[in-house]
Amino acid sequence: MTASSAFPPALVLILGGLLLPLLRGYARGIAALALPLLTMWLVWQLPDGVSLSARFLEYRLELVEADALGRLFAIIFAIMAFAGALFALNQPRVAELAAGSVSAGCAIGIALAGDLITLFVFWEVMAVASIVIVWSRGTEESYRASMRYLQIHLLGGVLLMAGIVAQVADTGTIAFTAMTPGTPGTWLILAGFLINAGAPPLSVWLPDAYPEASYSGTVFLSAFTTKAAVYVLLRGFPGVEVLIYVGLYMMLYGIIYALLENDMRRILAYSIVNQVGFMVTGIGIGTEMALNGAAAHAFTHIIYKALLLMSAGSVLYMTGKRKCSDLGGLFQSMPITTLCGIVGALSISSFPLTSGFISKSMISQGAADERLLIPWFLLAAGSAGVFLHAGIKFPWFVFFQKDSGLRPPDPPLNMRLAMVLFSILCIGLGIWPEPLYALLPYPVEYAPYSVPHVVNMLQLLLFSGLAFFIMLPLMERTLTITLDIDWFYRTVGKRVFGGAATLTSNLLRGFETAVRYWVGALIAFTFRQAGPQGVLARTGAVGSMVTWVVVLLGVYLLLYFV
Amino acid sequence: MIAAHLPALQVVVPLISAPLCLLLRRPGAAWTVALAVSWFALAVALSLLIEVSIGGPVSYPIGDWAAPWGIEYRVDQVGALVLVIVTAIGAVVMPFAGASVAHEIASDRAYLFYTMYLLCLTGLLGIAITGDVFNLFVFLEISSLSSYVLISMGQDRRALTAAYNYLVMGTVGATFYVIGVGMMYMMTGTLNMADLATRLPAVADTRTILMALAFLTVGLSLKLALFPLHTWLPNAYTYAPSVVTAFLAATATKVAVYAFIRVYFTVFGEVDLFEIAPMVPILMVLALAGMFVGSAVAIFQNNLKRMLAYSSIAQIGYMVLGLSFASVTGLAGGIIHLFNHALMKSALFLALGCVVLRLGTVHIDGLRGLGRRMPLTMAAFVVGGLSLIGVPLTVGFISKWYLVQAALEKGWWPIAGLIVLSSLLAVIYVWRVVEIAYFRPAPEGSAAVEEAPIFMLAPTWIMAGASIYFGIDATATLEVARGAAEFLIKGAP
Repeated sequence: MTASSAFPPALVLILGGLLLPLLRGYARGIAALALPLLTMWLVWQLPDGVSLSARFLEYRLELVEADALGRLFAIIFAIMAFAGALFALNQPRVAELAAGSVSAGCAIGIALAGDLITLFVFWEVMAVASIVIVWSRGTEESYRASMRYLQIHLLGGVLLMAGIVAQVADTGTIAFTAMTPGTPGTWLILAGFLINAGAPPLSVWLPDAYPEASYSGTVFLSAFTTKAAVYVLLRGFPGVEVLIYVGLYMMLYGIIYALLENDMRRILAYSIVNQVGFMVTGIGIGTEMALNGAAAHAFTHIIYKALLLMSAGSVLYMTGKRKCSDLGGLFQSMPITTLCGIVGALSISSFPLTSGFISKSMISQGAADERLLIPWFLLAAGSAGVFLHAGIKFPWFVFFQKDSGLRPPDPPLNMRLAMVLFSILCIGLGIWPEPLYALLPYPVEYAPYSVPHVVNMLQLLLFSGLAFFIMLPLMERTLTITLDIDWFYRTVGKRVFGGAATLTSNLLRGFETAVRYWVGALIAFTFRQAGPQGVLARTGAVGSMVTWVVVLLGVYLLLYFV
Repeated sequence: MIAAHLPALQVVVPLISAPLCLLLRRPGAAWTVALAVSWFALAVALSLLIEVSIGGPVSYPIGDWAAPWGIEYRVDQVGALVLVIVTAIGAVVMPFAGASVAHEIASDRAYLFYTMYLLCLTGLLGIAITGDVFNLFVFLEISSLSSYVLISMGQDRRALTAAYNYLVMGTVGATFYVIGVGMMYMMTGTLNMADLATRLPAVADTRTILMALAFLTVGLSLKLALFPLHTWLPNAYTYAPSVVTAFLAATATKVAVYAFIRVYFTVFGEVDLFEIAPMVPILMVLALAGMFVGSAVAIFQNNLKRMLAYSSIAQIGYMVLGLSFASVTGLAGGIIHLFNHALMKSALFLALGCVVLRLGTVHIDGLRGLGRRMPLTMAAFVVGGLSLIGVPLTVGFISKWYLVQAALEKGWWPIAGLIVLSSLLAVIYVWRVVEIAYFRPAPEGSAAVEEAPIFMLAPTWIMAGASIYFGIDATATLEVARGAAEFLIKGAP
């Protein structure tokens, strides 16, 4: 391996993260905070183009290759690693902090990878690190969730690897450039990417695993895996039409299930699927405006979703409760958490003067510019839906609503600081989007704060807010909110979405039953043949061995002389 | 002066130090001799590899009797690579052997172990270096006879039956080989490989030569444990002492694969074997069957040494599959896997040797919670396991990548799919161990276990480290493997 100039920024976080468990007390805290800052500095120093390459087999690995898009993602991943570490400083399980650092490093490695093999390696290590994050909560449930996560991502990894091998055999190069699906290789790569993005039909891994991590682990998880997938889609498959439909499906899927959900962090996990849906749609539209929008939305989404999960994590940390129906009225004793939660909620709802507004509106604008009427309508409806489930439902049921009688104080200083930092970023980017726009891959000629934009958005938000509060008395009658919104879902949602969802899930269930049956039969057969008593595992009898020798010799002779 | 005699020294030094160990009798002294000889042999092998890489094949007539009448030692890139593999494994395993042999073999018989080890080393090196088919048979017998003794030294009494079975099968294999050699001699009047290569095409179509080829193939298939002639291997590896298993698993079958390559691509190099006989389908089917059967059986084994033995059968399938492509990429894939598998399997068996030292068992239930109790040993095991699966950044990935590329190059998509599928079977049996060692609590009331001593851990980690290092920086090994493959294929039309 021949190294050239720079030290790969990703390795700072990966190696540093692995060394974290060796440190104790303050040294560990300082290291955990310093590593992301150092990484950010290194990323900032990277010149455009390949700055580190190595020979591997007969290919050239481009270990570090920077351009505007990669740098944008690398920077937000580093920012996230910093805030995540700050939030997790008082987490006693050091494995989680280490794995969080490693997964951030891998995400940065992906953002700076110039070839498919480097990408794949970081991709797989990130999956392992994520598993460790889930698992390190240490409960039986989190162990099982991490194993389910492992299975899905193993499948994704196999698809991706198979795709890469086929693609290399087709094109003879390992370079990671824009592709159009058409050959088996590109389809497999796309499938591997989409599994990590949380796309159908396997979206369920995300809301299944994320809420089972610890209060701080979910914050790490929310940022890296799905957004790294958004990045690779942006780079590898811009303007691939099928992504529009995949994205819209994810968007609606996330909303419907988030509205049905009672666990506050699972609501936010479904909302990740929904938000990634916006980005995937933008990638599918594929114009410069839409791609800029998807990239910017990934940037802002990482910040506000982490902020929301931090506030939910703080609530979990202070109360030990995670169900909306057990919480409520916490604003009285947790003012800072409440305030930060509201800032996050407003941002995810794209409220003007918050970061969500300046990024999501670019995707809608991209759809409008291309005269994509139905996607545009669905994006607007999706925005309203986001406001319903994440913008109002989460803060309302957790911090206001009825008084649950809980009076926990605000969380410890480091957690408060992390939340305040991200709240400031949310508002700051909302007011001054120019620094973010300057980082985007294409030149931005877009003014978010035009009168029609702002009025449109406010109307949308006001009416969906109104809808929520009109239905509120209905919800407040019982504590099991699922049932109430279930009603809403069955009447309204099912017509547009539920039918498709039921059909898909029935098909999948049938498929799963069949697969289970055949796999069971296969295992039983293998065990009969290859198990300890099986014919294939027998050893010992010299006679049978010699028989085989004779048989084989006979076969050879027969075949030679025929 | 000395440099010119390196090929002879490679074989002669281990050969004459074997009786020395027998005379010394003290385990410590014998160990020292074996250690020194192993390292010396490694140095010789490395300098031969460098010499061959720069200056091309080296020929050394024994006793100055010119070939083809005298015995010729001939080192080319494949041979030199195999010499390096065998001596490197020996050099790394010997420091490990000190503690492990003391633990597993009675001290009054330890000197016998070192004697036999040196003889086995002689035989294996001789096979890799000789340019004479009959001389190869002699070395094959030296290595086989000594490995029967080595296996029978296992603690378990079943080691005796295992060694006996191996003896019967090994003898059948060697006899078949020598029958094949005899038939070739009958037709050509020569035993020198290069000479045979020039004379065989003239008589290639005769029944005698086809018969010889069949005997050679079956005999060598037995020695390299190609499915379905593998049945001697699991018991032999399971019941042999840990050091022996680690050494033989990494060298003996590899050298047999080397002999196979020699016969097919050098001796029959000028004959278009793949035209006159349906070699490709038979070898390929057996290799694929071995890959799947070996892995499938490994999944259900509870004795970990046995599990790894079956995994070896699967891995040998990969090597033979590579050869059966009869293309440069395929052959290079087979050769590189020969090297890579030696690294990972020795790491795995050495890790198990550490486990045996501390726990006295390699039953999977005994390993519960061992990930915390012997973290370094188990971490080395995991590295070896990842390599078996073929995870990127390990040597396993390089081999699989090459084999898949070789299959795709020929447009054999289903074969590429089967290679990937069979590596998924490795995920299952490696994961079983990981789950038991890392996710299950240690059994209640079990005695405290400490990490293995440094003399055993260091060799284990050298092998585990090498299987990562050569997975990242495969330039050197690939160059040698590709060079060797091109050299071997060039002769064939």
